This record gives sequence, structure tokens and C-alpha cells, in this order.
Amino acid sequence: MSYLDNIVFAIILIAGFVFFASGVKKIIRNINLGVNVDRKDNPKARWTNMAMIALGQSKMVKRPIAGVLHIFVYVGFIIINIELLEIIIDGLFGTHRIFAPYLGRAYDVLIASFEILAILVIFSVTVFWIRRNLIRLKRFIHSDLSGFPKNDANYILYFETVLMILFLLMNASDLHLQNVPGGVFHKAGSFPISQFIAPVFNGMSNELVILLFEIFWWLHIVGILCFMNYLYLSKHLHIILAFPNTYFADLKPKGQFDNLASVTKEVKLMMDPNADPFAAAPVDENTVPAKFGASDVQDLNWVQLLNAYTCTECGRCTSACPANQTGKKLSPRKIMMDTRDRLQEVGKNIDANKGVFVPDNKTLLNDYITPEELWACTSCNACVEECPVNISPLSIIMDMRRYLVMEQSAAPMSLNAMMSNIENNGAPWQYSQQDRLNWKNEN
Amino acid sequence: MSESLVVPTMAEMLAEGKQPEVLFWVGCAGSFDDRAKKITKAFVRILNRTNVSFAVLGTEESCTGDPAKRAGNEFLFQMQAMMNIEVLNAYEAKKIVTACPHCFNTLKNEYPELGGNYEVIHHTEFLKSLIDDGRLTVEGGQFKGKKITFHDPCYLGRANKVYEAPRDLIQKLDIELVEMKRSKANGLCCGAGGAQMFKDAEPGNKEVNIERTEDALETQPDIIAAGCPFCNTMLTDGIKNKEKEGQVKVMDIAELIANAQDL
Repeated sequence: MSYLDNIVFAIILIAGFVFFASGVKKIIRNINLGVNVDRKDNPKARWTNMAMIALGQSKMVKRPIAGVLHIFVYVGFIIINIELLEIIIDGLFGTHRIFAPYLGRAYDVLIASFEILAILVIFSVTVFWIRRNLIRLKRFIHSDLSGFPKNDANYILYFETVLMILFLLMNASDLHLQNVPGGVFHKAGSFPISQFIAPVFNGMSNELVILLFEIFWWLHIVGILCFMNYLYLSKHLHIILAFPNTYFADLKPKGQFDNLASVTKEVKLMMDPNADPFAAAPVDENTVPAKFGASDVQDLNWVQLLNAYTCTECGRCTSACPANQTGKKLSPRKIMMDTRDRLQEVGKNIDANKGVFVPDNKTLLNDYITPEELWACTSCNACVEECPVNISPLSIIMDMRRYLVMEQSAAPMSLNAMMSNIENNGAPWQYSQQDRLNWKNEN
Repeated sequence: MSESLVVPTMAEMLAEGKQPEVLFWVGCAGSFDDRAKKITKAFVRILNRTNVSFAVLGTEESCTGDPAKRAGNEFLFQMQAMMNIEVLNAYEAKKIVTACPHCFNTLKNEYPELGGNYEVIHHTEFLKSLIDDGRLTVEGGQFKGKKITFHDPCYLGRANKVYEAPRDLIQKLDIELVEMKRSKANGLCCGAGGAQMFKDAEPGNKEVNIERTEDALETQPDIIAAGCPFCNTMLTDGIKNKEKEGQVKVMDIAELIANAQDL
């Protein structure tokens, strides 16, 4: 390689990372639009969750076929990144397989394992594609995914397949060039898979094979940089965000819903016999009156927004949801997708208006998520239990119900009746509290 | 049911200067719903038989606020919670048992932050502890050899990870416990949670309780065991809908234990 190659490589590499950094920065900015919530407690339990659920894939394997195939792709992704380090150093300094002399036999083992992983990735991704497009599993052809999300999923599969094929072709042409008389490349690596591809280069001139090798090498690394920059535009961000997401996930029992602190303050004041009912509310011009519940993404907490970016739209939540299984409109996956879409829209609004959000007469509630969806939830936690990366669609549903009820008094009629019964009689039905012990004497 | 039930209230206990071993939180369903009242009475019969010192709040008990909270009315929930906490703390309640997983979850998880700290257990856990301590012995009795399947209430199972106590109790009855295809952490909701009990379902193509009843019927049980008054209602309705009420009964675990002992 001439110096020109190295310079071009450095420019492409830097550009790839600069774009990626700016994309990530925007996502962090958007996540920080959420309300603060403290998730720094109990770091030991949090690290354990991350190790077990994100690193250890413990919830993925609850569905064994998808779970095991996913582990192939996941391990392949992580391990092959070691090879990427070598490719980058080679690219920058014009070296060839720089690690080989230092690692010796270990290098052969490494390259061989990359190759086996690459073929496992191709196999898994092919099965994933078949499940989506030929077997058409219910959760993959669900209406949530119509339009871009469906294509997005396939693009990712194509991308991964092409990258792995390029990787193997690169190795195959490399091996061929190591073995030609005189040896264009020094001997390095062991190639259990690409040794079967290498013979296709037999009979070609060395110059041609070198050119092909260069093409494969460049397409592979440029492809990886493109894929990296596709991440934050797609559902594939989970490969990074699964880690913080499992770390910051709620540690409380699933049945424990948060008690709104703003409400506690008001209720305490109401029940305080010493409070002056005629006292004017203390005036503080700097505070905006707290809004109860959530009607838009800025009302949600930052972990819920992180959840939205982490969601990879696998649909396990929706397939376990009792409301969805019985034909209701509610789909927990759609709750997460809508939250992300709206957050992206708000983010673009901020970008277009020099860093300030200009109201656009739209909200997450109604424009994305309808009350009908929210009221169909039984709060059974099946979606939370199912999620392989501990996302909680339920917490968003509950916050939006709170807005409907406390800000808009827009509960279904029958729920209003239930609530006024509780208010008046201390029971959801119209029975007097004085009759609460009557059962004792009934037969 | 020859002997009448002995149900002391906390007020009566206090008047006698006594503190019961456990406060039985009856809940709204257990107090007012005709089907659930039978569960309440079955549980009391066991308490009476085993000489457990307990008391109820009686007319001083009020809704925990669970359905209001799940419906989104945090105000009403916290009003209820703080009133109940005032009463419970005035009686210096330490340990609470309840046959309703919704009350159980709310008292156990959501009251502490508001000033109500108690040891809260579900009646299946309490019955299990009575057996473990040798205070209650259970034999199969009339249920011997029957096929029983257990429906996990969401607020007992997934919400609080109590899966084994109800199953351990059922297995004491010399019966065959069969699991539904979806059970424990994967159990399907009965359709009542999240305040759904008090409203019509949104448009769809099926009711959730029918879907769940079908899960249960697939195991061809003689009895569907429940541990929640709301699940009980939903599954009983499901059985009626399937016209199976002649063959399959829905019973609470407290009723199974009480009936097995001919209480």
C-alpha cells in the first residue's frame, strides 16, 4: 500500500467515528430530555443484572431457538471486533496481519475461531431471515412493523451477511496469496472455512487476486463503518444500549409501582389538620406546576427514554400480552416504538430550532398512542417479564393513564364509578363501609 | 360450618389490651363479593381451628387503593393509603395476612414509602408456615386423587415471585398437580388486573378470561385452584361460558385446605 491508501483509510476511519459520535451525542441529548430518576442505588445488583441479562443473555434463551442463534451472532459480533482492531492498525500503518508475529500459534486459533463464528453468524442470520420472511412468525408480521421497521430488520440481516461474506472472501484471497509460489503475503493464520473458498482464485494472476483482496478488505472495513453509523438510525442500537439499559432497569418487585412524590405532598397537606385551608399557595415564579403523569416524551423519565432506544422490536412483549393476544389494539412493542419515534421527532424539532423545542401541536398521547391502547392493559407485567433487556412498557402505560385521569379526568365511565365508590365507601363497589364485617354472620 | 366463626376486631383486641399474632386484611372482595366471602370464611375457619390469634379491622378497613392506582388515580390511591396507614399504625400492626394478591402487593410494596411498614404475607404463604410449624396438618380428604391445576395470580407470581407456597399447599392434598402450558413467570393474566375488573374490555376478538380458561381446561382438571378473588371470578365466568361448571370447579386454596379438613 502506498501512503495515499493509509491517508484515505485514516480519513474514512475518522469520518466514520466522527459521524457515529455525533449520532450518539444526539441520542444522549434526547434521552436527557426525560425527567430525572435516581437509579444509582445498589450497584452490586445492577452490575449483576447487566452481567446476567445483557452479557450472559439469560433472558434471551427462554426462547431457545432464537436464543441460541442470537448467541452465535452476539459472540460473533464481539469476538470479530478483536480482528477489527488488527484491520485498523494494518490500514493505518500499511502493515499486513500485524498481530501474527506477536501471537504465534494463538493467532492461528484466533483467526480460526473468527472464521467459525463468521459461518455461524451467516447460518443464524439466514435462519432469522427465514423466520421473518418465509415462516412469517406472528410477531414478525405484526402490524407494528409495517413500513420501515420491517425493512429495517431485513437490512440489518443483509448487512451482517454481506460483512461476514466479505470477511471470509478477504481471508480466502489472503490464504491464496500466502500459498502461491514465492508467497505474496507472509504465512499467518489458520483458515478452516475460507480454505474451501480459496481454490476459486486458482488460475488467476497474482495481480488480480491482490486487487480482489484489496477490494474485499476495503468493502469490509467501510461496510463496518457504515453499519456502525446505521445503528443509531435503526432498531439495532440494542447491541450497545442493552448494557446501560439492564444496568439502570428498575430493581423493585414488578408489582411495585412508583408513588408520585408530587401527589404525596398534596395529599399530606390535605390530611394535615393544622394546615390552613385558606392559605394562598406559596408563590415561586421559578417553578412550573408539576404535571401529573405523562402526555409526551419529556414527561417520561430518562430510563423510559433509554428503554425506547434500546428496544430492538423483537415483539416478545407483544406476543405475551394478554390484551394483544385477544385482539385488542394494545401492543407493548408499539408503545416503545411510538415513544422512540416521538422522541426522534422532538429531537429533530430541537435541532431545527437552535436547541429549543418549539411546540408542534403534537404529543405522544393521541398522536402516537391512543387512550384505547392504554386502557386495554391489565398491568400483568408479562411484557416486562418477557423483555430480554428489561424494558418496561408498563411503566409508560401507567404514566400515561395517570395523565388521562389526573389531568384530563378522561377515565372510562365505569372506572369513574369505581373510583367514586372508593372515595365515598372505601370499596370499589357501592357497599357501605359499615357493612364490611357482615360476612361474619352470614351463612 | 356448624361452629360459628370467631372473628375478633382490632378494636376489641385493643380494648382487652391484646395484640394479635397477625392482622387479617380481608379486602373489598373478601368483604362484599359473594363468592369471595366464602374464601374469607374458609380461611377464618382454618385460623379458628389452628387457634391462630388474629384480628380484622372490620368497619375500619378500607380499600387499599390498588384499583385506583392502576387506573391512574394516584391521588385517590395515596388518600386511601394514608388513611389506612393511620389506622394500621394506630393499632401498631406488625404482621398482615391477606387472601387478595392485589391488597398483598399494595400493602407490601407501595405502603412503606408512605409510612406503612409491615410484614405482609399472602394467605398461601401463611398457611404454608402453619404447616411447617406443625400447627396445621393437611390430608387429601375429599380431594384425594383429583387433578388440580393452579392459576398464578399476576400480583402474587410475576409481581412478587411467590410461586411455590400455593403449589406446596396443593401438593399436600394427595392430588395430581398439573401445570398449564403457561405457568409461573409465564402465566397468563385472568384479565381482571389493572382495574380491568371494573370496566368493559376494549374491542377485540376474545375475552382474556376465556383465553385463560382454555389454558386451564387443556389440562383436563377436576379443579382449577386460584389464589386471588378476582382471578376466581374471571375463571368461574370462563368455566360458565364453556358450560363446564358441572365438571370443573374453581376454588381458592384456602377453600381446598378447609374442605379437605372438613372444616
